[in-house]
Amino acid sequence: MKRIVYREWLLQPQRYWGLLAILAAVIAIGGLSALYMEHHGHWVTGMTNSVVWGVPHVFAVFLIISASGALNVASIGTVFDKKVYKPLGRLSGLLAVALLIGGLLVLVLDLGRPDRLLVAMTTYNFSSIFAWNIFLYSGFAAIVIGYLWTMAERKGQYLQKPVGTFAFLWRLALTTGTGSIFGFLVGREAYDTAILAPLFVVMSFAYGLAIYMLVLFYAFDADGRPIGPAMLKRLKNLLGLFIAAILYFTLIYHLTKLYGAKNDGIETFLLISGGLYTGLFWVGWILIGGLLPLGIIYHPELSQRRDWITAACGMVIVGGLAAMYVIIIGSQAYPQEMFPGYNVIQFGAPGDIGGQVAPYSPSFPELLLGLGGVGIALLITAVGVRVLQFLPESLADRDVDPHASARSPA
Amino acid sequence: MNHETESMNQGRRDFLGAAAGVSAAAVAPGVFLHTPVANAAPRTDPVTDMHRWGLLVDTSKCADGCTACVDACDSENGLNLQAKPHGQDELKWENQRAVWIRKVKLQDNLTGHVTNLPLMCQHCEHPPCVDVCPTGASFKRADGIVMVDRHTCIGCRYCMMACPYKARSFIHEQVDHKLTRAPRGKGCVESCNLCAHRLDNGDISTACAEACSAEGHQALIFGDLKDPMGPLRKALAKTPSRQIRQDLGLNTGVRYAGI
Repeated sequence: MKRIVYREWLLQPQRYWGLLAILAAVIAIGGLSALYMEHHGHWVTGMTNSVVWGVPHVFAVFLIISASGALNVASIGTVFDKKVYKPLGRLSGLLAVALLIGGLLVLVLDLGRPDRLLVAMTTYNFSSIFAWNIFLYSGFAAIVIGYLWTMAERKGQYLQKPVGTFAFLWRLALTTGTGSIFGFLVGREAYDTAILAPLFVVMSFAYGLAIYMLVLFYAFDADGRPIGPAMLKRLKNLLGLFIAAILYFTLIYHLTKLYGAKNDGIETFLLISGGLYTGLFWVGWILIGGLLPLGIIYHPELSQRRDWITAACGMVIVGGLAAMYVIIIGSQAYPQEMFPGYNVIQFGAPGDIGGQVAPYSPSFPELLLGLGGVGIALLITAVGVRVLQFLPESLADRDVDPHASARSPA
Repeated sequence: MNHETESMNQGRRDFLGAAAGVSAAAVAPGVFLHTPVANAAPRTDPVTDMHRWGLLVDTSKCADGCTACVDACDSENGLNLQAKPHGQDELKWENQRAVWIRKVKLQDNLTGHVTNLPLMCQHCEHPPCVDVCPTGASFKRADGIVMVDRHTCIGCRYCMMACPYKARSFIHEQVDHKLTRAPRGKGCVESCNLCAHRLDNGDISTACAEACSAEGHQALIFGDLKDPMGPLRKALAKTPSRQIRQDLGLNTGVRYAGI
């Protein structure tokens, strides 16, 4: 195997600054949206006392679990000793930190009192999985930065395996913790199940890898670096495996719920009668996020083409956002069942929702705040690859895989 | 001279007597009014677990269409001072304004029997809202009252996700008017605190139960779950009661008869 040479991203200055300007604008709009919601209060959003977490949480949770998944590529190289993945490791670490920061910012800016962040950082209740997550998230960022150092600095290379393994275990804990935010909620029918934790772990693998592949393709295309077909095949096959795992865990989640008669209501709602949520589940989560990209990835011809693989990655991301929308918002919109065997005729004043599906329509500021988080993640990545050596010069098969170069006539 | 001295002394006695009378009159109500509730600690002392405050709701006595408990809670805790933000939709605002107690009407799916009941924070012994709160702002007092410390609430709303009773409200809007006894601020979460301000001043009552009695319904009985001779325990001993979502094992402080 050749020695891997890393080089800063050599995009033409006009294009690079143009890209930064667009991202800065997206971030600025997101920031202004947060300011607007903070100034007026959450009444300007679609959120209510029934649907208390809205679109910002959809983006935040998606970004946070994707951060964990984006580190996957580095873990495969370091922890599982797949040498082919080693050149991909640095971008993997950078993207993981960037996505995490983006997600956390959205989460924090959607708090009722974001000015009390210091309270959250100094006052802990350790029976709360949320409090644990504060450590899991900040610890993740610190560990991955250390991990990046071991990858980039020759003096630190002997630490790469232990630090990489630690980061791998840490991110499993992180995604388990994020899934458990929902899984531990006993009072809501759609949650209260341990399977949400592993479901979130496999979701993180797929979403993180899909984002990683899109960023990699864009960055490499932009300054003309090659990606070999064998490398492409590895990445897309890995994505296929993760998508299949999501479908499997989704199936088990619903089978588990369907088995108990007490969950008939929520299952009917999510799978059949839930309107938008049912549509997002079948069309977004299952079809666009699962079956279609699987079809592309294992199609004999389409799977050879970069543009189709790119489309499959995009679909996984769209499907992932749909899945988050169903899990986070759909599950809140469904009424909490407090009185089994009874029909709730009246619940407080008209409009005060209980016993019936709660309305929720996201407001623009919420959406823009979420997109601002995506902008932050991409800006950090764009600046990172430009100023530091994160990207390998080539991912051509002969440069990364000794077997491929032995097979190739060159 | 003696006469003068005597008349002076008499004057002094009259003055002292009058002063003692005035003092006694001023102090007596405090002494006599507070003596029967000797267990009510002065406000400077921390609450203890000698009591566990709770409620029994007799749904058979809860009248259809009556909102006395809701109205009383609203004025007691300044919830009626909340103002709909300009331009907000009326129905959406009802789902955004803070509600501590609400009237719920249920119909049995099989028999068609209709039941009315007030629903508020159930003051669980093992409150899910307290478990999930990252900062510990959602807490349970030693006397069993579950409430929110508004100084450490960061407005994450995880407690609202966790509460099985939809008992909590988030303050969605700027608050212009509020009562000293019920502080309220944009971006924090709140819920029924069993009129803790009354209890802490030695008044063993809640606005909702008081209003229900005043209406003559007696559907709400407030008291100490730890006092076997108290009105709440006596009522609970006489009537079969259950907890809402009893399956969760939260051991609620609010019990219901007739559902």
